[in-house]
Order: sequence, then C-alpha cells, then structure tokens
Amino acid sequence: MATKPHHDPALDPMIDPVTGELAVLAPGHTFKSVTQKIAGVVLTSHTPLGWFFGLIAAGGFVVMFIVSVTWLVLKGVGIWGVTMPGAWGFAIVNFVWWIGIGHAGTLISAILLLFKQGWRNSINRFAEAMTIFAVVCAGMFPVLHVGRPWLGYWLLPLPNTMNVWPQFRSPLAWDVFAVSTYATISVVFWYMGMVPDFGTLRDKAQHPLTKYIYGMLSLGWRGSTRHWMRFETASLLLAGLATPLVLSVHTVISFDFAVAALPGWHTTIFPPYFVAGAIYSGFAMVLTLAIPIRKFYHMEDFVTLRHLDNMAKVMLGTGLIVAYGYSSEVFFAWYSGSHWEFFMMWNRMFGPIGWGYWLLITFNIAIPLCTLWWRKARTNVTYLFIMSLIVNTGMWFERFVIVVTALYRDFLPSSWGTYKATRWDYMIFIGTLGLFTFLFLLFVRFAPMIPMNEIKMMLPGSAADGGKEGKTVAEEIA
Amino acid sequence: MPVMYGTYGLLAEFDTPAELTRATYAAKEAGYRRMECYTPYPVEEVASALDVHDNRVPLLTLLGGLMGVTTAFLMETWISVWSYPINVAGRPLFSWPAFIIPAYEWTILFAGLSACFGMFALNGLPQPYHPLFNAPNFRLGATDNKFFLCLEAIDPQFDREQSRAFLEQLQPVSVVEVDL
Repeated sequence: MATKPHHDPALDPMIDPVTGELAVLAPGHTFKSVTQKIAGVVLTSHTPLGWFFGLIAAGGFVVMFIVSVTWLVLKGVGIWGVTMPGAWGFAIVNFVWWIGIGHAGTLISAILLLFKQGWRNSINRFAEAMTIFAVVCAGMFPVLHVGRPWLGYWLLPLPNTMNVWPQFRSPLAWDVFAVSTYATISVVFWYMGMVPDFGTLRDKAQHPLTKYIYGMLSLGWRGSTRHWMRFETASLLLAGLATPLVLSVHTVISFDFAVAALPGWHTTIFPPYFVAGAIYSGFAMVLTLAIPIRKFYHMEDFVTLRHLDNMAKVMLGTGLIVAYGYSSEVFFAWYSGSHWEFFMMWNRMFGPIGWGYWLLITFNIAIPLCTLWWRKARTNVTYLFIMSLIVNTGMWFERFVIVVTALYRDFLPSSWGTYKATRWDYMIFIGTLGLFTFLFLLFVRFAPMIPMNEIKMMLPGSAADGGKEGKTVAEEIA
Repeated sequence: MPVMYGTYGLLAEFDTPAELTRATYAAKEAGYRRMECYTPYPVEEVASALDVHDNRVPLLTLLGGLMGVTTAFLMETWISVWSYPINVAGRPLFSWPAFIIPAYEWTILFAGLSACFGMFALNGLPQPYHPLFNAPNFRLGATDNKFFLCLEAIDPQFDREQSRAFLEQLQPVSVVEVDL
C-alpha cells in the first residue's frame, strides 16, 4: 500500500476535529445551500436522463406485475405453486419480507427520534418513503392470496346484509388491524413531516402550476413559531406511538405462525426474532437505496459515511439477535424432546430444500456478521452495497425456509409433498420489486427526499446561541 | 366579521436566529403581546421568548387513544358475543385476551390520527392564503434562510410609526408593512 497517501484525520473535512468521528454533515453548508441542494432535485427542469431510464425499466416490471395479477384474478390462485400440504408459499414469504423491510423506516423515523439520534435526520425521509412503498407491496399479497381479491373488504369489520363479521380470535384478523394501522400511521407521519418542506418548495418554485401543487400540499405552511411548537409535539407523539406500533406489527405477523400448533412455527422466540429480522432486512434495504441515490444525486454531503457506518452497526446488532433466534430454534428443537420438532429441524437442514437453510445462514450470519465488526468494512461503500443485497436475499430465504419447510413434510408421511413455485409466483414477486422501485423513483423526483428543516436544525448557528460572551441569547437577556 | 382591509402588521426580517430571539425579547419588554415569529425550522429559544404554551395536542392524542381502545374493544365484544356468536374450538365468546391486539392497534391508529389532524386543526391549517404571503421578502425567505418577527396590528400598543421606529432600532435587514 505504498502508493496510498498518508491519511491525516486533521485534514479530512469529513472528520469532526473535536471528536475524531466521521461527520454527520459535510462542513460549509448554510441554510440557503441546504435548500438549494435538496429542493433543486425536485424543482430542476433538467431531470437526469438516468432517472428516466430507471423509471422505464421499473415501469416494465410494473407492467409484468399488472399482467400476472390480471391472470391471477382470471384463473385463481391455482396458477401459483401453493397446494396441499404447502398451502402457504411465495405470497406469504413476500408479504413478511416486504413488511419487514418497511420496519427500518419506522425505526429510523420514530425510535431514533425518541433516542435523539441526530444523524437520522438525513435518512429519515426516504426511509419512511421506503416503508410506505414496502407496505404497499406487502399489502397486495394477502389480498391476492384470499383468492377472490374483490371480496377483500370482507376482512374489515363492516356491517353487511349477510350479518357475517370477522373472527377476532384469529391472528389473521389481527393482521388486518396491525397492517392497516401501520400503513395509515406511516403515511400520516411521512406526509406531516413533509408539510414544511412542501412550503419551501412552494416558495422556491418558478412555474405557477408547480407553485400551486406544492402550495396545496403545504397546506399554507408559513413557519409560525406557534405552529412549529405544535408540529414538534405532534412529531414526538407520533414517534412515541409508532414505536410500539412497529414492534407490534411484526409481532402480530409472527403470531400468524406462532399461534399455529405446527413444529417450526409454534415457538415463543418468534415475536422478538421476527422484529429483529425485520429491522435487519430493512436497514439492508435502506443501504441498497441510499448508496446509489447519494451517488446519483451527489448527496454525499448529507448522507455521509457516518450514516452508512451507523446503519451497518444497527445491522450488526439486529443480525446478532437474528443469529440468536436461529440458534434458539435449533436448540429447542433438540431440547424439547419432541420427535416432530426434531424431525422438522433435521428436514429443514438436510432435507430436499436444505440448501435454502444453509444459504440463509451464509447470507444472514456468516458473511455480514463476520465482516461488519470492522470499521473498514462498514465505511466501504461498495462492500456495504453488495452486503445489503446479500442480506436482503438472505432474509427472503429466511421467510421461505420458515414458511415452506414447516409445511411440506407434516405429521403424516403419507401426506408429504413438496413446494415448487411457478413462473407466476416469480413474476408477481419480481413485479413488486419493480413497483417498489417505480414508486421510489417518483418519490425522489417529486418530493424532498431529505428533510430540509431537520437538516437546517443541525447546522452550526441554527440555535440562538450566538449571544455575547459565549452565552445563549436567553442567558444574556436574563 | 374580521376586518378585511388595513394593515396586518409590521414584519421585521433578520439573518440569524440569535438576532430574532433578541428582538423578540425586546418586543416583549416593550409591551407588545400580539406578535409572532416565523422561522424555516423550529427554534426553541424563539418559542421561549414568545412564551408559547399549548398542550392541547397531547390532550387530543390522549382522547383519540382512549376513543380508539374503547371503540375497538366494544366493537369486538359486541360482534363476538352478541352479533355473531360462533364457537371457535371451544373458546369463550368473550375472549378478551385476543381482543386486546386489535384494540391496541386502534389505540395507536386513533391517537396518531388525532395527533396529526389535531395539530393541523389547532394551527388553522390548511390555510392557503395568509396576509403575510403578500410580503415578497417573506415568500422568499421564511421557509429558506430568513427569520421574521411580525408585530400584529391588533396589538393595542401597535402604532404604525412608533412600532416601525421600535423595530428599526433592533437592526433588522428590513421592516415592511403587511397589508391585510
């Protein structure tokens, strides 16, 4: 490494000279430059060509999604690979995977806000957007899986002439409440946070139509102090509400499995292990999105190595909880003394789909948890991007293994079967990936992807501490 | 019927939050009460200078949460016990532990919606028109990089000449009169 120049932390502008840590924001920004940089992405009349290419490519997958869903509605769920005994397949796997991805967004916007983690401000907005689009993709699957999606509203407690109501002792009914609440609160929290930024866009827009649209979206926000104080209170309250919510959503989803008296599902470790897995995969998805976006839109000033480093640390923590979950499953399969539990675990590891188990162990445990301990790995952007894709794949396989290997060889060997996904399963899954990307591209183009007001709060000189003799103004007046 | 002509107030523009805070304390000292600050992001010092206290948002959120938990639990009980009593694996009709989960979700749902919409309602939003938008410097800076103090004309102490002179001595970037 003789060719590498000597790295002096004192000269690196991205390292805080006081703490020696990586900076959350690049130095030299002013209120004006923050507005120009972030609002500029939305208000520019020169949309980058790459954005159009991305939108067209993602749009192609959306078309595929629409075609395959149309065929599904025409023919029924028989076109999927689900059959007895494997009655749950890709649809449930994808549902759990997508919802899990959404959880990191809420963790960033709510839990890290309550913990006063200032660095979250830069990534909070697009992580929340990721949550909403992930929930949109997730929500499709149960509705399609009911077989007659046009009767999906039967899931809701609506008065009807049949006098039939939902059955509230079932975790599937709990799911309806958990996921619909999660979607609603996420949208409300996301939109509310954007209102002041829409005000900025309204004031900076040149075209009358743009001005009008952002003016309406901003609800006439004018930055009054009384408004700000109520806004801050409401944000904190929503964060306080979203925190137990996000923990409950994946818990309720894990009840779909844990409440069933089936080896491989019927365990008490499921709720915490599902929540940790959700946050793990969600942070991987935030990295998958943040790394290309910060590069493409030159947002390295706001989404710095500090953010990537911190996110990798969260992944390391949640990944360890997931590893604990895996080992506890294996331990209790042995310790329970239950023949069925033991066989399920043996079959999961060494049965016909055993490769899936070892793949998830490699992708979720071996690769990330052996490397993320090193700061060099956590601050290597390329490595993190590849690793985030690996973890996303691994987490998808985790749900695949949980759903499929517990089902396809049940108590009676005479009823054993196998599970094989069809092309429609793959097309719908890949279609939702396209839909997610499509919605996300629209978001980065038409909404402020980084909260301007929250970034301004972190700039030097943002607090009124410019009083005389090093005091704050309030102290000076008193 | 509100007055629809005349002056809304005098708007002083500042470059930094510290100057705005100092000016707000000075205006308070001078006896002004009907005034408001406008900043591109929340500035706590300004809020304490204005002595803003409003805890109705938490109250609304609490009421929303209580309404959510009551609605959901009573709905589940009524449906499962009276409207549609079915025997599910011998479980009691009033299976209250199972009812807790949807009730918990609706507590959060109602409380969250009350927090957000309650906040907007108390702020009087949406309000697409406001007299302050008539001031060009306000439109350019209030949501970007400027800090404003507005002395409102309904303040009994407000006087077009004297109040302007008072604001001028605080060394703002500018003082403009805002029409209604």
